[in-house]
Amino acid sequence: MNKMTATAGNSGPGVRSDCEIIVELKGKGGIIIDLASRVKSLYGESIKSLCTEVLHFFNIRNTYLKIDDSGALPFVIAARLEAAIKKLTGSDLEFLPEMISENTYSTVPGRFRFSRLYIPGNTPAMMINAGLHSADGIILDLEDSVSPEKKDEARILVRNALRQVDFRGSERMVRINQGDTGLKDLQAVLPHNVNLILVPKCETSDQLLKVNTEISAIRKKLKLKNLVFLMPIVESALGIENSFEIARAAENIVALAIGLEDFTADLGVSRTNEGKESLYARSRLVIAAKAAGIQPIDSVFPDVSDMEALKQNILISKALGFEGMGCIHPAQIQVVNDGFAPDEAEIEKSGKIVLAYQEARRKGLGVVALGSKMIDAPVVARAQKTIDLAIKLGKLNPDWISEIPAGQS
Amino acid sequence: MAVKIVKNAAGRYVPHEINGQPVIPFKGVGKHHPAGRKYSPPVPACHDYPADGNKVVKSLEEALCKCGLHNGMTISTHHHLRDGDLVSNRIFELASAMGVKDLVWFPSASFPCNEILIKYLEDGTINRIEGSMNGPLGRFVSEGKMKGTAVLRSHGGRVQAIQDGEVKIDIAVIAAPAADSFGNARGTGGPSACGVLGYAKADSMYATRVIVVTDNLVDLPCFPMEIEGNYVDYVVVVDRIGIPEKIVSGTTKITSSPDRLLIAKLTASFLEKSGILKDGVTIQAGAGGTSLAIAVFIHQILKQKGWKSKFGFGGSTKYMVKMLEEGQMGYILDAQAFDLEAVRSVETNPNHVPYPVFNAYNYHSKGNLTSMMDIMILGVTEVDLNFNGNVVTHSDGYLLHGIGGWQNCLHARNVILPLPLFRDRIPVIVDEVTTLCGPGELIDVIITERGIAINPLRKDLIKSLKASNLPLKTIKELKDEAERICGKPQKPQFEKKVVAAVKWVDGTVIDVVRKIAPSHT
Repeated sequence: MNKMTATAGNSGPGVRSDCEIIVELKGKGGIIIDLASRVKSLYGESIKSLCTEVLHFFNIRNTYLKIDDSGALPFVIAARLEAAIKKLTGSDLEFLPEMISENTYSTVPGRFRFSRLYIPGNTPAMMINAGLHSADGIILDLEDSVSPEKKDEARILVRNALRQVDFRGSERMVRINQGDTGLKDLQAVLPHNVNLILVPKCETSDQLLKVNTEISAIRKKLKLKNLVFLMPIVESALGIENSFEIARAAENIVALAIGLEDFTADLGVSRTNEGKESLYARSRLVIAAKAAGIQPIDSVFPDVSDMEALKQNILISKALGFEGMGCIHPAQIQVVNDGFAPDEAEIEKSGKIVLAYQEARRKGLGVVALGSKMIDAPVVARAQKTIDLAIKLGKLNPDWISEIPAGQS
Repeated sequence: MAVKIVKNAAGRYVPHEINGQPVIPFKGVGKHHPAGRKYSPPVPACHDYPADGNKVVKSLEEALCKCGLHNGMTISTHHHLRDGDLVSNRIFELASAMGVKDLVWFPSASFPCNEILIKYLEDGTINRIEGSMNGPLGRFVSEGKMKGTAVLRSHGGRVQAIQDGEVKIDIAVIAAPAADSFGNARGTGGPSACGVLGYAKADSMYATRVIVVTDNLVDLPCFPMEIEGNYVDYVVVVDRIGIPEKIVSGTTKITSSPDRLLIAKLTASFLEKSGILKDGVTIQAGAGGTSLAIAVFIHQILKQKGWKSKFGFGGSTKYMVKMLEEGQMGYILDAQAFDLEAVRSVETNPNHVPYPVFNAYNYHSKGNLTSMMDIMILGVTEVDLNFNGNVVTHSDGYLLHGIGGWQNCLHARNVILPLPLFRDRIPVIVDEVTTLCGPGELIDVIITERGIAINPLRKDLIKSLKASNLPLKTIKELKDEAERICGKPQKPQFEKKVVAAVKWVDGTVIDVVRKIAPSHT
């Protein structure tokens, strides 16, 4: 047999919770594992036995493995080894770690999607604690944050993370690649309870239909019960022009997002914090989404150190009608969640409007007034929405009306 | 001759004898009652010292010679110059050149800069270190290469050992950022300012001979006299006693890790909801990134509620100074200044007071400060199902850290350990700590990013937080969660040889560290 080697994973200074594995297939000599690890004295034996199990699963009996480990968890080690083996053998077997019971939940179309945290799909250190930060959604990203030569190993890592990392109730999302790579991504991740697929760089509804056809086929073939929602991301002038059609392309589309880095590049303008250059596009996207009855979601805010600027950005975003925003750092999550949730003043004002409306109904009045101001039906409807939202978020007691002292209502 | 091994009150097997001296096995918290009188150094006479008060000699070598440096002596130093210390290593370099052997180094802590001393441990100049071990020194000791047995003590335990004569310091070498010719010295001023000199106070009072080394000779009197010249034999002036940027971190910074920030937030929330944080609260927190973030969150809560902390005990940092200056803290009592802001504050603010561990932590004092603290934020390398803590060895069995003030601080009213549940796959909660440094009965709360465990002994806290929305779990649940994620780690393998003894605050032996088995190295 010819000497064959392949490498997967990452090592080097600054790399944590990952490993680099070099597999060399041999004709004889059995399995030899050369392990360098900062946790060798604590996990050396378990790393070796896991690797042996994976090798046997792929029917490899003679090999020299060189592992440079920086404290990778078992699901990471298994993913790295599988990726390296597949480079050599082309096997289509999958060594699946246990699906933890916490990860089997499904979600509903109308749930909040204020914040969704992007996690690069080939960086395990960022995955492990992603669920701790109360994001509405966690996106394991196979697209822009993964370099082309790492796509295959990231797909395996993301698959294992979907089974092993506790998402703690955050909506389980994956951003797939464009085109055929994206279809390959779907085959790898969908069987592992993905709640929502983000489809990048959408320009036409056909693009989305192709993805959705694949999803339907996979779900049918594997008899998957949980629904899979779609969030197309529009990132170009053509995409904006077609945004309403994109929003209506499939019935499982629950949100429409805008990606401003690519959009401004497409326009040939620079992206600013105030965002005047994308004002029209953002407004147009909001209208398209609302017209289609789905959630409009804003682009990520790139400066992770400036929380004040993020807050200002959210104010504008919310005023335009957006219902959520992407996050590229966990520190942004709470700011985004707080920003899109109704604040105390809004809740109080809405409460007054709803009460005034009920009072007028009770008295049989046709006109609703709050103080000296007349209130129209749409204003009441919006106030009711805010109240419902506040109750859902736990910011208002469901019984709030009965808690108001007599005489104030 | 085999040394007899006994099981101490914590269930740990410890010898009756360390370095040829008899020792007392740990008897339980508060169970040991010392008898007799305190140790006292030889009686000096003032007429043996220059009438003009000028004790300056021309070099450290001359001073050491005049102090009668010879084989087997115990030399003490302090660690206020931290990793920028240029004096400690110089002592042993000189001793080695003079052919002196078998010295005992008794520092208040060692730092990475002391790695060079391995050379003098190998050539026999130094027999052993009685003080903290870390990095390469810890590795050297753990591999059984040090001639004598290391003795690890807390800051307070070090004073205890000095006061009851367990350690008789022959020569104390005190590096001082400012000193006068009589030997009065302080920690502020000059190129090597470190803020305070609290750790050296006991050394100056109890050592047979005392040398003050400074790079900043000031006119007499050097004031305030943290070290009083009446205790000092010789003064040495050198070019530099330290490397300024390594003495204090120019600035301490709160953690930027989102996971650590989460732990800090949870800790502040726990303190608020449990009612531990209140008007008049007394606080001690460290200088680690998570502790600093906790201090910032505590500050916010105090401000919001209009409360004021009566005093904080330092290690001071700019975040504590901010509380003082903005009116949310009455005083800072300070054993060490961690950053330049803290040094500035202790120099200029009368409510920021140097307060030596001699007064704060000392076992032989008539009461001490730590038991008066409401909030004590500490770290740990391992904690076990019985809440026992380990701060000296890594889970792989190697010596990693000194005890510092950790054991002393356990006597506070509420001891809180904010920790990540695992670090690089290594779980922090274990079945049984590798080395026992602090009994679980003194550790109240473990706060991790994945939940909070309250010691079952703290029924009051458990009851008061039952209805809160805090993620309360048992310590077993936390341990199981970590092991489900990381896998169960192997146990480190040790030989029989004892390489270090761990003292409890009262001087009894709470545990020992054994030599790492060779297959493990």
